[in-house]
Amino acid sequence: MFESLTDKLSHTFRNLRGKGKLTEENMADALKEVRTALLSADVHFRVARNFINEVKEKCVGQEVTKSVSPGQQVVKIINDELIQLLGGDSPEIPEKKPLRVMMVGLHGSGKTTSSAKMGRWLTANGYRPLLIACDVYRPAAIDQLEQLAAQESLGFYAERDHKKVAKIGKNALQYAKDNGYDALLFDTAGRLQIDKDLIEEVKDLRKTIIPDEVFLVADSALGQEAVNVAQHFHEAVDLTGIILTKLDGDARGGAALSMKAITGVPIRYAGIGEKPEDFERFHPDRMASRILGMGDVVSLVEKAQENIDQQEAEKMAEKMRKADFNLEDFLSQMQQVKKLGSMQSILSHLPGMGNVQIGDEENNKMKRTEAIVLSMTLQERRNPKLLNGSRRNRIAKGSGTKVSDVNQLLKQFTQMKKMMKAMRGGKGKKMMRAMQEKMGGGAGGLPKLPGMGG
Amino acid sequence: MAGFFAKFKRGLAKTSRTIFSPIGGLFGSKKLDADALEELEESLYSADFGVETTEEILEEIQSAYRKNKDLRGQEAAAIGASVLKQVLAGSAGQLTAAETPPTVIVLLGVNGSGKTTTTAKLAHRLTKEGRSVLVAACDTFRAAAVEQLRTWCDRLSLDLIASQRGADSAAVAFDAMQAAKARGKEFLLIDTAGRLHNKSHLMDELAKIRRVLAKHAPSAPHHAWLVADGSLGSNTVEQARVFNEAFGLTGLVVTKLDGTSRGGALAGIYRELQIPVFFLGLGEGEEDLQPYDVDHYTQAVFGLGDD
Ligand SMILES: Nc1nc2c(ncn2[C@@H]2O[C@H](COP(=O)(O)OP(=O)(O)OP(=O)(O)O)[C@@H](O)[C@H]2O)c(=O)[nH]1
Ligand SMILES: Nc1nc2c(ncn2[C@@H]2O[C@H](COP(=O)(O)OP(=O)(O)OP(=O)(O)O)[C@@H](O)[C@H]2O)c(=O)[nH]1
Ligand SMILES: [Mg+2]
Ligand SMILES: [Mg+2]
Repeated sequence: MFESLTDKLSHTFRNLRGKGKLTEENMADALKEVRTALLSADVHFRVARNFINEVKEKCVGQEVTKSVSPGQQVVKIINDELIQLLGGDSPEIPEKKPLRVMMVGLHGSGKTTSSAKMGRWLTANGYRPLLIACDVYRPAAIDQLEQLAAQESLGFYAERDHKKVAKIGKNALQYAKDNGYDALLFDTAGRLQIDKDLIEEVKDLRKTIIPDEVFLVADSALGQEAVNVAQHFHEAVDLTGIILTKLDGDARGGAALSMKAITGVPIRYAGIGEKPEDFERFHPDRMASRILGMGDVVSLVEKAQENIDQQEAEKMAEKMRKADFNLEDFLSQMQQVKKLGSMQSILSHLPGMGNVQIGDEENNKMKRTEAIVLSMTLQERRNPKLLNGSRRNRIAKGSGTKVSDVNQLLKQFTQMKKMMKAMRGGKGKKMMRAMQEKMGGGAGGLPKLPGMGG
Repeated sequence: MAGFFAKFKRGLAKTSRTIFSPIGGLFGSKKLDADALEELEESLYSADFGVETTEEILEEIQSAYRKNKDLRGQEAAAIGASVLKQVLAGSAGQLTAAETPPTVIVLLGVNGSGKTTTTAKLAHRLTKEGRSVLVAACDTFRAAAVEQLRTWCDRLSLDLIASQRGADSAAVAFDAMQAAKARGKEFLLIDTAGRLHNKSHLMDELAKIRRVLAKHAPSAPHHAWLVADGSLGSNTVEQARVFNEAFGLTGLVVTKLDGTSRGGALAGIYRELQIPVFFLGLGEGEEDLQPYDVDHYTQAVFGLGDD
């Protein structure tokens, strides 16, 4: 998909080969393509227009270089511009105790879930969080927050018989003080930005609790109204950040750009699943590629460059070619992959791969394999032939696995080596794919990657 | 149907929850000019109709403008409404009952779209029309999902079949189907857990619910409706596409149209998949569910009065 916009643009630039300058005229078609791409990604009409104008200004007069195509050149300019617009000033949560955080937003955007996620995250950062139920309307909203608090071992405060939200907030401040909580998370009810009474209610709450952070929790699939929503909430409660949720979906997420561009409120965190751990800092670079429909290839490539030792990788490739690949190499390869993050997160960067699920089972398998190899001596790793029955027994004990696990791993390793030899004979792609499947089958615990074979 | 329109308006005025305001304030009696046309384009995009439908409407209006430079805002609105009406012709769903009760309706959708609330509203509506209804809480995943539906059912005196968080959702569907038959219910409404359409393992869980229902009655479920959040953009079309492939959709409910969103994605969905729309959600209360009507919807979008 990365190619698709670049391809389209290359097509519109077909008469401009390796010479000349970018001008308003020769870019007109290209910019129209870009506009359509932005609009179909739900970028707000006005934001798209301004953006195009800025890109135009940046491009006009640029020499067309020989090394890249004009299409690639323009995509790069667009991508950089997008990253800059989406990113910029996005501060960390202030290191301050007690810390007060308030969540606001439309119905069903993910406020309650995000409160729990943030609570968990703050716990990991040395806080003792208290979740405070300020949604007095939605059926079982308080139960939902209470269950999440219990699940994550977070403090919980609610007043089930009261409807005065500001009062509840005030009492919660006292409760936190008395009970030693130093991070207060106020979950509020979903509300329309144009609902006067309910907007008044959050304004009151804000005045009472004086939060350090006020987050707008917004669905990443929001449409054109995102701008209106963000503007109104910002005016009402002076937002300090946006939490963009449901990014584990496949919405292109143009709303993020619209909200940031129009209000200037930074996007700070991202919700990437329903579970409390599915929460991370927002990455403007990923978002930019996503809006342009390029998957997240760019940041995956960068991540790979950062994390994989180039020399190491070349050495490995050489070894594979020569088929003198031993268990030690195998271990170091596995650790290289691990540096990229979990298999799931690697896949989620790739266009069209977000829906491939890597279960806990696969992850556990990978851990088990690593433990087994780590329990071997260096000599054993280099020369697996040494591994007789009693050694295998020792390794199983040492790694907390069963002898059958060790046997299985060795068997698969042997098969892999056989295939490498065959490949040296040069049977090409087919073998490559078969090998990948074998590895996926269990040896490395590496799951099969559909569409990645050959 | 005239009564319905009147009721629609009155009902909405009372709760101060109105369907979104018409796009732009520019469809007045003033003549159009280039600026107004540009504004018109912006307003049309802002309804989330998608690039295709928007451009179609724009082209019609622009070609009329080229022929007649004295074109007035009102006339442009009428042209827009008629193009949209054509796109949406036949998009209003009719709720039919199964030959042998219960008529089973499954409500599906992504996280937070309004499934549970719509289930409660719909059950309430059918009950008021004198139908007997059973509700099934098949979201056994999200925290307090069961409690949420139970609260609704207590409040509205509805019969509910539910289990615990973590239980097998298909097992709940099975029990509910059995209970509906035993109690001679005319309708069985099944609330499901929110799931993003790109998660195949969650979509597979739906297939299991379908199998279980079909065991009781081969024709069940009779309706499978996607509950779509009207404030979302183009991704709604993708949702419909994937849910339709995985489960087979027979209808659409568009929620949260009491704000400023216009739910234009329904046009894209109807265009591509011919999935009809049954209801619009206009608020959080049990009464805030209105049958969808093409004329009314298009008039509302363009700010034209009902006649
Ligand atoms: N897939 C996914 N689901 C999410 C995410 N964040 C929240 N959800 C789900 O979205 C739905 C709504 O989340 P809630 O936390 O209840 O939303 P809310 O904003 O508190 O809703 P109201 O209080 O009714 O306004 C639930 O099904 C959540 O599990 C996310 O990042 N990814
Ligand atoms: N304003 C407005 N709010 C609505 C409407 N329908 C539902 N809501 C609200 O949207 C939020 C989410 O609704 P739910 O019914 O819990 O959504 P759901 O699809 O069941 O959510 P999950 O089960 O978590 O996926 C709640 O706060 C509802 O009160 C509507 O038509 N208008
Ligand atoms: Mg909530
Ligand atoms: Mg629900």
